[in-house]
Amino acid sequence: MRSLRRKAAIAGIGELKPQRRTSGRTTLDMIAEVSRLAVMDAGLEPGAIDGLLVGPQVGETPQHVPATVAEYLGLKPTMANVVDLGGASGAGMVWRAAAAVAAGMCEAVLCVLANTREDVPARSTNRNPIREFDVPFGASGANVSYALLMQAHMAIYGSTAEDFARIAVWARANAQVNPDAIFHGRPATLDDVLASPMIASPLHLLEIVMPVAGGDALVIVSADRAKSLRGQPVYVLGGGEKVTHRAVSQAPSLTSGPLKPAMARALDQAGLPAAEMDLLSLYDCYTIMVATTIEDLGLCAPGQFGQWVRDHDLGFTGDRPVNTHGGQLGFGQPDLAGGMTHIVEAVRQLRGSAHGRQIRNPRYALATGNGATMSEATALVLGAA
Amino acid sequence: MTIDLDGLALPGPTITAVTAPFWQAAALGKLIIQRCGDCRSYVFYPRALCPRCWSSRLGWVEASGRGTLKSYSRIHKPGHPAWEPAAPYIVGLVELEESPTMLSFIHAAENIAIGDCLELSPTRFGGRTLPAFRKTTD
Repeated sequence: MRSLRRKAAIAGIGELKPQRRTSGRTTLDMIAEVSRLAVMDAGLEPGAIDGLLVGPQVGETPQHVPATVAEYLGLKPTMANVVDLGGASGAGMVWRAAAAVAAGMCEAVLCVLANTREDVPARSTNRNPIREFDVPFGASGANVSYALLMQAHMAIYGSTAEDFARIAVWARANAQVNPDAIFHGRPATLDDVLASPMIASPLHLLEIVMPVAGGDALVIVSADRAKSLRGQPVYVLGGGEKVTHRAVSQAPSLTSGPLKPAMARALDQAGLPAAEMDLLSLYDCYTIMVATTIEDLGLCAPGQFGQWVRDHDLGFTGDRPVNTHGGQLGFGQPDLAGGMTHIVEAVRQLRGSAHGRQIRNPRYALATGNGATMSEATALVLGAA
Repeated sequence: MTIDLDGLALPGPTITAVTAPFWQAAALGKLIIQRCGDCRSYVFYPRALCPRCWSSRLGWVEASGRGTLKSYSRIHKPGHPAWEPAAPYIVGLVELEESPTMLSFIHAAENIAIGDCLELSPTRFGGRTLPAFRKTTD
């Protein structure tokens, strides 16, 4: 039996003196204060922290908590999670941190929990920085952030509206061979995409995922156990993660994202180049997300995704299958499960059970995940049995 | 376009003790940002510690108010319904001369483009003055 025995050590601690009441503090302030104590105690520079485990922040940051904390602290972790186990969260963080270190996903994990006790409760239940510094200027929701990324790509590289629209056309085309897709029976032409309403320039309506209700689930077992089960297993060959920011204003780059290092790590762990992937199951909340991922994966030079898409057939019988389930642009986005649809499709393809859209003898698939403002990235390399 | 931005009922900032000086200055038409007393980095948005060196010796300095447009979007369908009467309007990323980037409202102008020089243009939105920007007029 493998274990965590002596795989990791606790190297630094921090603790704040308890107070009955705080005044004018936020959870983020408190996290910063105690994190500094622990990291100093460990004798590490802040930049050495590449893993982050945080608790939920009820009443302040409803979503994207690790990215919000990482951005606040200036960290860019390669493993980031919320551990939401009540009073068991602290110990739950430690073994998860040790497991992540043992797996080679990161080397120094900050595990932090902090809270305030304010006399006057916060006016809004959502007090994270993006709410304070983006929303008052008219920027609410993800559309604005991805429109800003897309506009920058067009200005810097000269990519065109047609280049981006072609990605949406492919997603709709692939959805035509997936009866479950929300846009099954509703293909779209280049003209359809370009004539759809402008939502936030340069983003058209049909370049944005359709919100739907749905769900996805996976069961992960040991490789040994997999051999004794009746289903055909699909092996995890590599994984990568990177979180660089939360708000688009804090993005280190507008034309390359954290998926670049996350995909590189996943491929490195798998010992495979991108060219070996028989399926690219790429997170596609917007067309710009696929465009940037193609470039970050090194399939073409930066700025050249448009030509790459024109040069390849992205269907299941094509030379470069991408999002054979239709992607979220064609399948629909069941909220957080939307990202899991890319993994479920990869498993179907690698099992040979993608009825009606089966890629011929696929061996490897790359599945990506993306969160917030092209700021939270995960990548998986999966392999057929 | 002459939309009465001041008359709209818009969601305002959720001010905290750390960020209060920023909003107090904004109300006076000024843009202030933090500067680290140790590593000398300029910091935006305001924090309790420097995101570069984790020093808590952060002070406030008035920004020049000059910046460059890093990207922008003309918002036709606002994410918050309160902004609908103002649509379409422009939101942009402003790289301040001091180096941090902030998101802001950009006043409409002919031929707006990435790389444009911008200047601070304090503007009333929903009853409060916020640090908006406009193309520099020379």
